[in-house]
Amino acid sequence: MMGNKESFIVVDKVSFSYTGEPGAKEETALDQVSLTIEAGEFVAIVGHNGSGKSTLAKHLNGLLLPTGGDVWVAGMNTKDEHHRWDIRQIVGMVFQNPDNQIVAATVEEDVAFGPENLGLPTELIRSRVDEALAVVGMSEYAEAPPHSLSGGQKQRVAIAGVIAMRPRCLVLDEPTAMLDPVGRREVMETISRLNEEEGITVVLITHFMDEAVKAHRVLVMDEGRIVREGQPAAVFQEIDLLRELRLDVPPVIELASRLRAKSLALPEAILTVDEMVTALCQLRSGV
Amino acid sequence: MSIEIRGLTHTYNPGTPLARTAIKDINLTIEDGETLAIIGHTGSGKSTLVQHLNGLLKPTSGTIKVDGVDINQKGVDLRSIRWKVGLVFQYPEHQLFEETVWDDVAFGPRNMGLSDEEVRSRVERALAAVDIDMALAERSPFELSGGEKRRVAIAGVLAMEPSVLVLDEPTAGLDPRGRQDMLGQIQRLQAERHLTVVFVSHNMAEVATLADRLVVMERGEIVMEGPPKTIFAQGDKLGAIGLGVPEMTALMAKLREKGWDVPDSVLTVEEAEEAIMAVLRREARVGTGGDL
Amino acid sequence: MVPVATFRHITIGQYIPGESLLHRLDPRTKILVTLLLVVGLFFIDTYLGYGLAALYIALAIFRSGIPPRFLFRGLRPVIIIILLTFMLNSFMTEGEILWQWGFLTLTKEGLSKGGMLAIRLILLIVGTSILTLTTSPLALTDGLESLLRPGKRIGIPAHELAMMMTIALRFIPTLLEETEKIMKAQMARGADFESGNLLQRARSLLPLLVPLFVSAFRRADELAVAMEARCYRGGEGRTKLKQLAFHTADFLVLAGSGCFVLWLALTM
Repeated sequence: MMGNKESFIVVDKVSFSYTGEPGAKEETALDQVSLTIEAGEFVAIVGHNGSGKSTLAKHLNGLLLPTGGDVWVAGMNTKDEHHRWDIRQIVGMVFQNPDNQIVAATVEEDVAFGPENLGLPTELIRSRVDEALAVVGMSEYAEAPPHSLSGGQKQRVAIAGVIAMRPRCLVLDEPTAMLDPVGRREVMETISRLNEEEGITVVLITHFMDEAVKAHRVLVMDEGRIVREGQPAAVFQEIDLLRELRLDVPPVIELASRLRAKSLALPEAILTVDEMVTALCQLRSGV
Repeated sequence: MSIEIRGLTHTYNPGTPLARTAIKDINLTIEDGETLAIIGHTGSGKSTLVQHLNGLLKPTSGTIKVDGVDINQKGVDLRSIRWKVGLVFQYPEHQLFEETVWDDVAFGPRNMGLSDEEVRSRVERALAAVDIDMALAERSPFELSGGEKRRVAIAGVLAMEPSVLVLDEPTAGLDPRGRQDMLGQIQRLQAERHLTVVFVSHNMAEVATLADRLVVMERGEIVMEGPPKTIFAQGDKLGAIGLGVPEMTALMAKLREKGWDVPDSVLTVEEAEEAIMAVLRREARVGTGGDL
Repeated sequence: MVPVATFRHITIGQYIPGESLLHRLDPRTKILVTLLLVVGLFFIDTYLGYGLAALYIALAIFRSGIPPRFLFRGLRPVIIIILLTFMLNSFMTEGEILWQWGFLTLTKEGLSKGGMLAIRLILLIVGTSILTLTTSPLALTDGLESLLRPGKRIGIPAHELAMMMTIALRFIPTLLEETEKIMKAQMARGADFESGNLLQRARSLLPLLVPLFVSAFRRADELAVAMEARCYRGGEGRTKLKQLAFHTADFLVLAGSGCFVLWLALTM
C-alpha cells in the first residue's frame, strides 16, 4: 500500500510512553527513536534494563504501537490493522524466558502452533515443523515434553516455533539471559546460522557484549534513546562511553586500548581473542 | 565456620525407574572465611550439592559436618543449621511474598524467635548491607526493579546473620550494572562480616575475580579443585568437559601456542597487559618506560 | 521426609510417550470409553462386577505398556481419601454389628459398602490415569475440542476450553517444580510447613502461595504476548498439525468396550 519506505524496517521518530495506573506519572520508554534495518542485516541492541530496548523490540512487529511516530515493516505501517497479522508473520519474536513462550505440551506441537494460527493445510504444517526443527537441530526431540529440555534446547524450540512461520526477520529479546554457557553457545550458533545461511534478518537484544560483537551493527540505548550506532569495532572502541553507561567492556577491547596507550601500533578492529593473537604476532614479527 | 563433607552421595527417587544419582562420593572441606566457587554444567550436581549444606536435602549416604556437628544426626535442629548456613537460591526475587520490603526481610529473624528489637536491628543491617535505602522499606517488594528485588531477597537471608552464605548463581539474568553491583556487594560482605562464601556460577570472569578456590563438578563428581590460577591454567582439561576459561587466560594460551613466553596463570586484563609488555620489552621492540 | 517430595508422585496429567495400541487410539475413543467407564462404575454394585471391571482395566494397563507400579504410585496422594471413605462407610452404615467400641460400630454392611466404594475410587483413578498416561495432553484437548465442537451452537466455547486445558497441562510440571523450589527457599529462611495447628499451617502456606501466584500471573502475561506474536487470534481459521481420524481399531475398541461396560453397569 505504501511504497515510500525503501528499507525493510523503518522506525521513524518513534516515541512511546507506558501509562501506568491513573494518577501515576507517565513513563517515557522511547524518545524519538529513528532507525532503519536492511534485509539480511544482523543488528545488536545493547543497554540496561529500562533503557527501552525491549520496548523498541515490541514495536518491530506491532505488539506495541507508537504513541508518536511510525514503524514500517516491508512498506506496511504497524498501526494499520489490516496488516497486523502479515507483519507478525514477517517479523517473528523470541523472548527471554524460554518457559513462558512454549504453549504446547510436546515440542513438535508447539512448533506447529504458529503455522496452525496461519491456517496452513496439515501437510504443509508437517513439513514446516520438520524443517524448522532440523534448522535448530532439535529434530530428535520432536515428541519430547518441553519441561524435560534444557534451557538452551527450549530456546531453540522457541526459535523453531517462529521459523516455522517463515519470517523474514527474527527479533530476539535477551534470548540467552537465563541460559548457561552451553545453552548460550547453542542459541548463538543457531542465530548466526539463520542469519548467514537462511538470510534471515536478525535483531538481537542482549546484555552480553561478546554476543553483540558478532553483529554487523550495534545500537547502544540509554533512557529511551539510541546514543551510539555503528559497527561493533567502532562502538566498542568507546570504552569511556561503555564505562559511563556501566556496560561491560569486552576484555579484549580493553586490553587493546591499554596496549595502544603503551604505544603499541595495534589496528582498530580487534574484537576477538583470535584477532588479538594475529595482531600481536604481526607486531612481534615486525610486519 | 567450616563445613566438612565426606563421602556424600545423593540419589533422587531412589528405588524407582526415575532414580538418578546426582552427586556421588563428594569429599570437600569448606574453610572458615574462604570464598569458594563451584562451577560446572547444568546438571553436574552443583545445586544438589549446595542444598545439602543446610540440610534441605538429606544425603543418600555420607556426612556433612557444620562446625563439627553432623547435621543429619538425630536430635540436630535443622532450622538452627539454616540460621548458620544461609542459602540464597537462583532468582531469589521470585520468592518474595510479604506486603513490605521490611516484613519480607524480617521473615527469617522472626522465624528465629528473636525479640522485636533484635529483628529491627537485623533488618536494618541487612538492608544496609545490600545498599537498599531505608526509604524503600515500607514499599511493596513487587514495586522494586529486578536488581533491587534480588538484593532484598538476599537481605532476607543475611538478616539471619549466617556465618556461611551460599549463593546459587547470584548474578544470573542481571544486566551488566546489576551484575557489577552484586559482585561488589558479595566481596564487601565477605570482607566486613568475615563470612564464608560459597557460590555457584557459570561466569568464568566472575569466578576468577571473586573466588579463593574453585571446585569443578562434572557428572556429579568433583573433577578439579584449587585456586583459580591453577585451575584455569589447565584450559585443555576444562575444555574437554566443555567449560571455558576467562578470556585473557584463553588469549595467553593461544599466544603460547604461537611461541610467546607468557605465563599460564593470567586472569585479568591488567595481568595480560603486563605479560605481553614483558615479552615485547625483552625483545626490545618497545622502550622500557612503557609510555613513549 | 520433606513434604515437597510428594509432588513427584502426582501422575495425573502426566503423559508417557509410547507406541502401544492404547497410545495409537484416537483420543476421542479413549475419552468416550473412559467417560463410559466412569459412569458405569457408579452403577456396579457387586464385587463380581468390580472384579470384572478391574480385569478390564488390568487388560488396558497391560496393553498400554506402562509399568503398573508407576500407575499405582499415582494413588499415593489420594490414599488418605480412599482410606477415609472406607472407614467412614464401614462405621457409619447400619446393619449386622461385627465390632463395637463406644460409639463406634463396625457393621458387615458397612464393611462391604466401604470396601466397594474404596475399590470404585481406586478404579476411577487408575482408569482415568490410563487415559492421561497414554494420551498426550494436546491430543486429549484436540479430542475434547472435537467432541465438544457440535456444542458450539449452544454456546460451548470448545476451542477456548481446549486452549485453556492445553496451557494448564503444559504449565503443571513447571509450576510444580516452582512450588518445590519456593518451598525449599522459604525453608532455608526457617519457614515451617510441617508443624502447628491447622490455622498455623494455613498461615505458613502464605509465603508459598503468594510467590506462586505472582509467578503464575507473570507467566500468563508473557505467554499471552508470545502467543500474540505468533499470530494467535482465537480458534477462527486455525488448522491442525495432527488431524484426528478414526481407524478400525477405534471402532472395535469403542464398540467392544461400550458393550462390555454397558453390560457390567446393567447386570452387575
